[in-house]
Amino acid sequence: MDHLIALSRLQFAVTAMYHFIFVPLTLGLAWLLVIMEGCYVATGKEIYKDMTKFWGKLFGINFAIGVTTGLTMEFQFGTNWAYYSHYVGDIFGTPLAIEGLMAFFLESTFVGMFFLSWERVSKKQHLLFTTLVAIGSNFSALWILVANGWMQNPLGTTFNPVTMRMELSNFWSVLFNPVAQAKFLHTVTAGYVTGSIFVLTISAYYILKRKNLEFAKRSFKIAALFGLCASIAVIFMGDKSGLYVYNAQPTKLAAIEGVWNTTDAPAPWSLLAWPDNSTHTNLFSVNVPYLGSLILTHGLHGTITGINQLEEANKLRIINGQKELVKLQEYRKDPRNNAAMVPEIEQNSDDIGYGLLLKQYTTNVATATPAMVDEAARSTVPNPLPLYYTFRAMVFLGISMFLLFAFSAYFADKGIENRTKLLKSALVLFPAPWISCWCGWFVAEYGRQPWTIYGILPTHQSASSLTAGDIIFSLFGFVFLYTVLLVVELYLMTKYAKEGPAVLGKKEYTVENMGA
Amino acid sequence: MNYEVLRFIWWVLVGVLLIGFAIMDGHDMGVGTLSPFVGKTDLERRAAINSVAPHWDGNQVWFITAGGAVFAAWPLVYAASFSMLYIAILAVLWTIFLRAPAFEYRAKIDNPKWKSTWDWVLFVGSAVPPILFGVAFGNLFLGIPFHYDDTMRLVSDASSPVAGFLALLSPFSILCGLVAFCMITAHGGIYLTLRTEGEMQERARKYAAVFSLLTIVLFAIGGVFIAHMNGYVATQLDPNGASDPMLKTVSLIHGGWLTNYEHYPVTLLIPVVAFGALFLSAMTNFALKKSGLAFIFSGIGIAGIILTAGVSLFPFVLPSSSSPVSSLTMWDATSSEYTLAAMLIAAVIFTPIVLTYTSWVYKIMRGKLTTAKIKENSQAYY
Repeated sequence: MDHLIALSRLQFAVTAMYHFIFVPLTLGLAWLLVIMEGCYVATGKEIYKDMTKFWGKLFGINFAIGVTTGLTMEFQFGTNWAYYSHYVGDIFGTPLAIEGLMAFFLESTFVGMFFLSWERVSKKQHLLFTTLVAIGSNFSALWILVANGWMQNPLGTTFNPVTMRMELSNFWSVLFNPVAQAKFLHTVTAGYVTGSIFVLTISAYYILKRKNLEFAKRSFKIAALFGLCASIAVIFMGDKSGLYVYNAQPTKLAAIEGVWNTTDAPAPWSLLAWPDNSTHTNLFSVNVPYLGSLILTHGLHGTITGINQLEEANKLRIINGQKELVKLQEYRKDPRNNAAMVPEIEQNSDDIGYGLLLKQYTTNVATATPAMVDEAARSTVPNPLPLYYTFRAMVFLGISMFLLFAFSAYFADKGIENRTKLLKSALVLFPAPWISCWCGWFVAEYGRQPWTIYGILPTHQSASSLTAGDIIFSLFGFVFLYTVLLVVELYLMTKYAKEGPAVLGKKEYTVENMGA
Repeated sequence: MNYEVLRFIWWVLVGVLLIGFAIMDGHDMGVGTLSPFVGKTDLERRAAINSVAPHWDGNQVWFITAGGAVFAAWPLVYAASFSMLYIAILAVLWTIFLRAPAFEYRAKIDNPKWKSTWDWVLFVGSAVPPILFGVAFGNLFLGIPFHYDDTMRLVSDASSPVAGFLALLSPFSILCGLVAFCMITAHGGIYLTLRTEGEMQERARKYAAVFSLLTIVLFAIGGVFIAHMNGYVATQLDPNGASDPMLKTVSLIHGGWLTNYEHYPVTLLIPVVAFGALFLSAMTNFALKKSGLAFIFSGIGIAGIILTAGVSLFPFVLPSSSSPVSSLTMWDATSSEYTLAAMLIAAVIFTPIVLTYTSWVYKIMRGKLTTAKIKENSQAYY
């Protein structure tokens, strides 16, 4: 059972992380293409059209694998997380279906037109197609983050003992879930940063090589300005997301910050520490006074609830959940004749999820021992160590990219070709957006543990009844196929990026031009 | 609008999505399957591929949306079908994966080996999924071995995953796979006839004719199988009741999958229309050389085949062979009334918009794709 859950989680993490190599680049590049093509339509200068076409080719190479790896995400809930799909499909399926109808159709219908309709439509019509691709990809992010936001902060739902699942009671509170909205903006702007870093660093490479200078400098400038706006937005929305985590997911917050015991206001912020989950202490910690309350509550009066106190509080919910679950199980034995029990169960269902936490230790929750309850309570907070560091890596890389964009935007028109150090630092930061996106998703998903739906459904209860062999087989299959696809993708991407706009087959961008 | 009506509407809508998927993604899968045979030279293959290259991705969204809609409207079906058919679903995904890079990467390097490799990758990605979908559909009639425990957790009754997968390959389900493959390939062949010229067009026309006729014959054989098979009949099933499949009773009857046609003879029109449309599609394309009309008939034929299967199974959507009472029907495996209503509003708003812009882009890209055109303006095509 434990192996099964671990393998299922591993497969989800691997396939999601592969997918998220391609997605943020699509999100950002799509808008950069709109900007470049907008410049073309506004000024009529052919070079902007060439820029749109060249970066568009790289966009296409990336997009193909984004689509492919996205398919898995749509179906993996059913294949590997069947009980999850049963338990929350009434709510969770809706944003996914609307995503298909509203976003994927739009994005995918017009992406083909972006590549292949240049000769058939007017300039403005083509710009419209490009814009629709960008809008479609953003809508898609909106709905997937509405879905994910609901997993973090499950609003607008009630438990139905008759169908043995959560059911949607208010669509609008799912859509306008503040956690989802903040996450959506944080994620798409992180995508814009990714697209900007991509264009910025490849352009920096051309500038360093003195290759297609005019083309590269214009691309560099657009990427720098767009990236600067986007990175400010990422940081702003990241801060907003942090405020929501403070309110909605205190266990995630305490783990990220490595706070074992509730702090008095104003709380300090831990700059460097080594949280040790086995002893529930930090082996060392360097704190900045006041900063914790300032960052997390935007004031000096906010406190941070500690892991030990959260576990104590959750213990009471587990004991209560145990009682609720026992009632529910009694009802489920014969639903037809026990219908009279339904109203009582409905009224006392807030802690059923906490009761389910006991199921990892015993199949009969009614006989769970106090030791099991203690252990379940300890499991309600994820191990702080990996969260502490991935969160800080994300923040560090985010700020580094902001600085890179700020300097790049400032020097874009001031002899950028001679700013060798700046251009080289851009190359160094090339992997930064991907690493920080991965860190961000790790914090979001690992930080939600032990839950798939926060406070409602434990991860160890969510998986399909498969065998470990099934998942080892599929995991190898996915890794093999994805790696082959990734290798082909990287091969084409490097080949095209190295050749530069010469791939467009126009005489102004030929190999001889490299020295100019 | 009450729960019963909403549930029926969603049965229709899931059907519409499956039919939309078969017609839209079907024709580009058919093109992918036939391209290496119809196209003898690189230019000819490019003509074939470019006839669907701007559209394949939009068409594939029918598949994704069908998956999403089943998740939202029939979460029990989504959970049961995908987890209980684990290896088969992986096979579908892994072969469909091949399509995106094949379409998008083939033209990225001008090297005959590179291109012919992608041609065969596209062939696999186009020919295998319809077979697998057909096999899966066939297994709905035979039932899949699963049951629910008292927490509504799905339990597989297959002796092992591999045995479970092999058990899916019965003569009837393979026949269904071939029906799906033939109808999709014929459909793609007709589309190719419509979009190409000259010798290549004639080759496409011949392939389309062969696969149209095969579809008719195999579909008829399928009917014979169904008549001699055990079908499920549900009783004590409340169309307005809670989505708990365990509340009904189910019995197995010889020829049970034909009871709907006996009770409502008007539904017999559906298979009749399917046969008629398939026949007309073969005739109009091959004898009258009107491939536009043939494409429409072929679409009607595909819709007819899928509807015939849907009506036979009705109200079942995912029968269980090991625990008939765990079988899922369109009455007791749905989302809540609220979710079905919310989803219906979304579908009513967005489906017409999708259909409008889809027809718009097809209109922009219409016209014959000749090898001369592609040669002349090579950069504008894949």
